[in-house]
Amino acid sequence: MSSNRFNAFKDLGVGIGLRIPHYNHILSEKPVVGWFEIISENYMIDGGRPLHILDQILEQYQVIQHGVSMYFGSAEPLNREHLKRLKALVRRTKTPWLSDHLCWGSVDGTYSHDLLPMPYTFEAAKLTADKIKEARDFLEVPIAVENVSSYAEFHVSEMTEWEFLNEVVERADCGILLDVNNIYVSSQNHNFDPFTYLESVPIERVAQIHIAGHSKYEKYILDTHDHPVIDPVWKLYARAIELAGPTPTLLEWDDHIPSFDQVHAEALKANRYVPSNVPELAAVSE
Amino acid sequence: MNLAELQRHFSEALYTPLNSDEGIANRTRRGESMQRVAEAIIKPNDRLSSAERLEIYSRSYWFRIISSLNEDFVGLRAVVGDEKFDALVQAYLIDNPSRSFTLRNLGSRLETWLRANPQYVQPHEQLAFDMVRVEWADTECFDAAEESVLTLSDIAHLGDDPKLHLQPHIQLLDLRYQVDKLLLEIREQAETESDEASNTFSERRTRARVKRVRSSKPKPVFVVVHRVDYLVYFKRVTPEAFRVLTSFRNGMSLSETIDAAFNPSTLPQAKIKELVQGWFREWAEWKWFAKEAA
Repeated sequence: MSSNRFNAFKDLGVGIGLRIPHYNHILSEKPVVGWFEIISENYMIDGGRPLHILDQILEQYQVIQHGVSMYFGSAEPLNREHLKRLKALVRRTKTPWLSDHLCWGSVDGTYSHDLLPMPYTFEAAKLTADKIKEARDFLEVPIAVENVSSYAEFHVSEMTEWEFLNEVVERADCGILLDVNNIYVSSQNHNFDPFTYLESVPIERVAQIHIAGHSKYEKYILDTHDHPVIDPVWKLYARAIELAGPTPTLLEWDDHIPSFDQVHAEALKANRYVPSNVPELAAVSE
Repeated sequence: MNLAELQRHFSEALYTPLNSDEGIANRTRRGESMQRVAEAIIKPNDRLSSAERLEIYSRSYWFRIISSLNEDFVGLRAVVGDEKFDALVQAYLIDNPSRSFTLRNLGSRLETWLRANPQYVQPHEQLAFDMVRVEWADTECFDAAEESVLTLSDIAHLGDDPKLHLQPHIQLLDLRYQVDKLLLEIREQAETESDEASNTFSERRTRARVKRVRSSKPKPVFVVVHRVDYLVYFKRVTPEAFRVLTSFRNGMSLSETIDAAFNPSTLPQAKIKELVQGWFREWAEWKWFAKEAA
């Protein structure tokens, strides 16, 4: 079982992302869902409808926070204002852990709002790990870092992406949000075997798994979160579950969002790969 | 090359606007060859050159931030037209790259920037300034804090000359054009667009409405952007009521506020008292008063 100190020993089963088009359905129909993942930045505000909706969701569901702009890998220090707002939200949601990406995205205080790829160097690993530790100490909640999809590799890299991931999480002693779709996308863009990556991950640190769809172009694959999960990604997921055991799993669907029921049904396919003797996960799929 | 240097080089390329074909530019803003910058930091692969790999990120950056401003400023786009809007947005973003962790704040400096660069909205500067103010006020109002509500009965117990506080979400706008109504019409049309035929018809109607407002004489309006049940509304008020609300926001006491609003005035005191009492009833009903200052 991948219940561990990086996910506060929670067995949450399958969840989906909380998205605006589904608000009314969720609040009126109260569907049975293992948990919802929110994008933290959408709720790091002072008031208004987003927080009002979130509070209603929190009354009935477990919510896990996932961030997109902490930028642990940026060479500049963490943004204190960001951290303060994030901590206020952590207190509100009581998220048992939170995640953000193993990437960079800001330089000298300007933000790209993208998940930019890391150079896989020891210098970058040390800086990134130090920032993860600093954030965890401030936020007082376990942190998991997510591997991103990438479209570029740097000359200065001194190791593979999975070696870099290992280096960072060991130094920071943090969890991993393992995105199997991102492993697949990057493997196609950079010509490596996704199973080699997967089998090199320190599996005892996997707090959560992401699955998603992507878009295939002539010369590369783009991580778009706007399609169902494809078979090769399900195969990676199956292997991840084989290695880690049942792990909180979330389907990401962020663009061209279909109905709640369609997204939920796609997410629940994950239960096919979970051993049937795990009652709490089997129940979710009924 | 250390991490900070690599990230600066990459960002310099990323923040250089795309070319007219929406591809990566030949040169960075500093005049360096984009290909050389890309080759210095990014490996090519068997399908893509270094510059082509960089281009994936560059396109993604520009599409994302332009799309964000498009969503937040549909009214300004309608006022200046699509082509001018695209040029305006690009120039604004070059001068004002995002300084916040959230795209929500991307337009925070647009009004100030437009006033310093009016050439992007000529010959409809004032209309454009007004529209940007309303659209930004809408953004601010939507997710601002809401403090504990002060009721009429609470006010009665505050003493003779209290200082009253407005809810943080309330935005006060003195406008020269009636852009509040125009913005609602533009948004309504955008929402009803469903197929290509109605889309074309709708765009035509939007252009006609914008033209009507552009050609009309300025008519000052005073607008309170406020929130009821988590939805944002535009409420027009009289100039005197606007002055009262502005004085509250500026921290003036009740008596100072009434003085500021009605001095000079030909209205008899009894009429002024009746007016103010009516406003207070209405504003308290809408929960505009807060117990604490924001």
